[in-house]
Amino acid sequence: MKEHKVKNNNKTAGMSIIVKTITRLTIGLILLYGIYILLHGHLTPGGGFAGGVIITLSFIHIMLAFGKDVAFQKLNKSWSKIFESTGALLFLTIAVLGFLGGSFFTNFMDKGEPFEFLSAGTIILSNIAIFLKVGAGLFLLFIMLVFFKIGGKK
Amino acid sequence: MEHIIPLFVVICLASAFLISILGIKFKFFTTIFPIIASAVLFILSVLALYLMNINGLMVYKIGGWIPPIGICMVLDGLSSFMLFTVNLVAFFIIIYSYNYVKKYTHRYKYYGLLFLMLAGMNGVIITGDLFNLFVYLEVAAVSSYALVAFGTGKQELEAAFKYMVMGTLASGLILLSIAITYSYTSTLNMADIGNVLSSKGVSPVVLFITALFMVGFGLKAALVPFHWWLPDAHPSAPAPISAMLSGVLIKALGVYAIIRIFYNIIGNNIYISKILLVMGTLSMIVGVVFAIGQYDFKRLLAYHSISQIGYVILGIGLATPLGIMGGLFHLFNHSIFKSLLFLNSGAVEHATGTRNLKEMGGLNKRMPITGNTSMIASMSIAGIPPFNGFWSKLIIIIACVQANEYIYGLFAVIGSVLTMASFMKVQKYAFLGKIEEKWKKVKEVPFGMKFSMIGLALVCVFGGLMLLPDISDFILKEASKAVLIGTDYVNQVLGSV
Amino acid sequence: MTYFLSFILFSIGIYCILTKRNILKIIIGIAILDYAINLFFILIAYRTNGRSPILEKGSTIKRIVDPLPHAVVLTSIVIGLAVTALLVAIAIRIYEKYGTFDINEIKELKG
Repeated sequence: MKEHKVKNNNKTAGMSIIVKTITRLTIGLILLYGIYILLHGHLTPGGGFAGGVIITLSFIHIMLAFGKDVAFQKLNKSWSKIFESTGALLFLTIAVLGFLGGSFFTNFMDKGEPFEFLSAGTIILSNIAIFLKVGAGLFLLFIMLVFFKIGGKK
Repeated sequence: MEHIIPLFVVICLASAFLISILGIKFKFFTTIFPIIASAVLFILSVLALYLMNINGLMVYKIGGWIPPIGICMVLDGLSSFMLFTVNLVAFFIIIYSYNYVKKYTHRYKYYGLLFLMLAGMNGVIITGDLFNLFVYLEVAAVSSYALVAFGTGKQELEAAFKYMVMGTLASGLILLSIAITYSYTSTLNMADIGNVLSSKGVSPVVLFITALFMVGFGLKAALVPFHWWLPDAHPSAPAPISAMLSGVLIKALGVYAIIRIFYNIIGNNIYISKILLVMGTLSMIVGVVFAIGQYDFKRLLAYHSISQIGYVILGIGLATPLGIMGGLFHLFNHSIFKSLLFLNSGAVEHATGTRNLKEMGGLNKRMPITGNTSMIASMSIAGIPPFNGFWSKLIIIIACVQANEYIYGLFAVIGSVLTMASFMKVQKYAFLGKIEEKWKKVKEVPFGMKFSMIGLALVCVFGGLMLLPDISDFILKEASKAVLIGTDYVNQVLGSV
Repeated sequence: MTYFLSFILFSIGIYCILTKRNILKIIIGIAILDYAINLFFILIAYRTNGRSPILEKGSTIKRIVDPLPHAVVLTSIVIGLAVTALLVAIAIRIYEKYGTFDINEIKELKG
């Protein structure tokens, strides 16, 4: 497990030094756990929505502990908007491509043997599309609520 | 050819997502692309009417799963009629919005939310599964909450908050009754629920489900004990959104769902018809009485919406063939002339900047097209021949007399007379008379707005032709037949998979 | 008997919406309402002596609980999140324009 190196320009932003040290250790673990829940959505409970929320939590963790400037270096506002719309369009494309297999939204890819990792056709691609949309949407929501200054600029 | 059925939802969703990502950079996506998309939807809905007449009731299985295991989409007479109404009104409103949104800076957000609302409405009309109906209802409702607050002024935010609280309460009640229905019948497909309910008979659980659905969808459709959110929410939205909300949203989410659940699934009995008759009559009278004392143009139109929905529910509550045909025809007519009236008020606000009737006067000389279309729409809603409002009100009153319900017919006539008085007041204050000093320099509205208003006025004038035998067999008779067969809907859907 | 307690939670939510004067307390009441209905859905799905509806390789199952309401509740939680987020955004903007959270002072529209 390698340590996550982050630039810390402003020493007074964010929380105390104990929180910052622990955060450097835990965000990698949270990210890994979220990716595991996302990719095994067809075998165990979880899937797109739950995995997306957990992965977004690791980015919010950076913002809470280090201040907003460091978090914006990792993921800024325009990239979030692009991720969100890409996720939605990818999901719709998978549904429309189901027309090739018969009717709308069919599972047209090869379904292997049950209980293996690469089985159940298009479900894993749909999970990834939902993760992009939900994760980016939740991060944008948090940014907008944090940055709104009352009576001033956004 | 039956693969066009899911395209109604897919085209709306794809346009919404494309506009929200590409509309920031390219100006094509916020000016011409919405008009193309809504024209395609309108042509598809006319095609769906043809298909329904050739083939009868069509069931489309999503993903190849057979209902009741999978979700299905059902296209019958009532669905194709409602799709035609919704897409026709949406086409004219999007052409009107081309000029109206020039005063907002974030145009891509407006069009994105508008297409999401349209996707939700199309989905509610075309689906055949009860929880799928709830999901599309929430999509349309949340988009409309955001659109009411779009201008972010003081009054709009307050109106949006009140609208949201009532809407969320209604959705909570609908979800609770879906939960109780699932625990009683253990299936979520609409045709299968009808099957199980007709074989298990009446029990107290079915009465509880009926009451909860009536309250939940009555809140969405603004029937009378549940109407008080509507006069605050509808005037505060931008003018094309008010036309969309009042013209199609309360019908697609409220009245269509009431017809589908109470006539085709639970089955018709005498108590439900009596309750619908009483609520319809109360809506008619209360709406008109409150509208007479109003001097704000859009608030007056919102109160008249409550009254005209009362006419539709009165026609449907009679449960005779002539009554149901009158109610559905009045639903179509009200979408057309109420949208036209709201677009007129938007044009007046665009030119003069005020909504108060006491400050206007004599605008007919400087804005002739707005004045003339407003006169046509006022005569339609008051029920003057030969415009289309007269025919539908006449059919409803004849159906009342035929079914020996003389008192409800009398109330319908009284409501119609009071509506005519109210709109003569509007015409006198706003358009006729001497023009004031400060309005001598107003100009007529731009071309896009003129085109929409003239288009809707033409449909008002020629709308009575829908009662000719050939055309009425094509559109209206199929719709009223789909409602009248009652629980035979279940056999048709389950028999054609 | 267990269903009765979730109805009590539902009526606590409606009581909060109807009688509280602060906007944020109304929003919390709406959240309680949504969660009470989701809880009712999960309670319906229980079958006697059933276990959780997950299949694994090489195991024999006697009886599982009903898996359909679990999928329904997942969708319903997402809808509740979206509605709560929009309500909170509108409440922040109302505070900026009116200066107060009290609904008795926010009364510009009447008649």
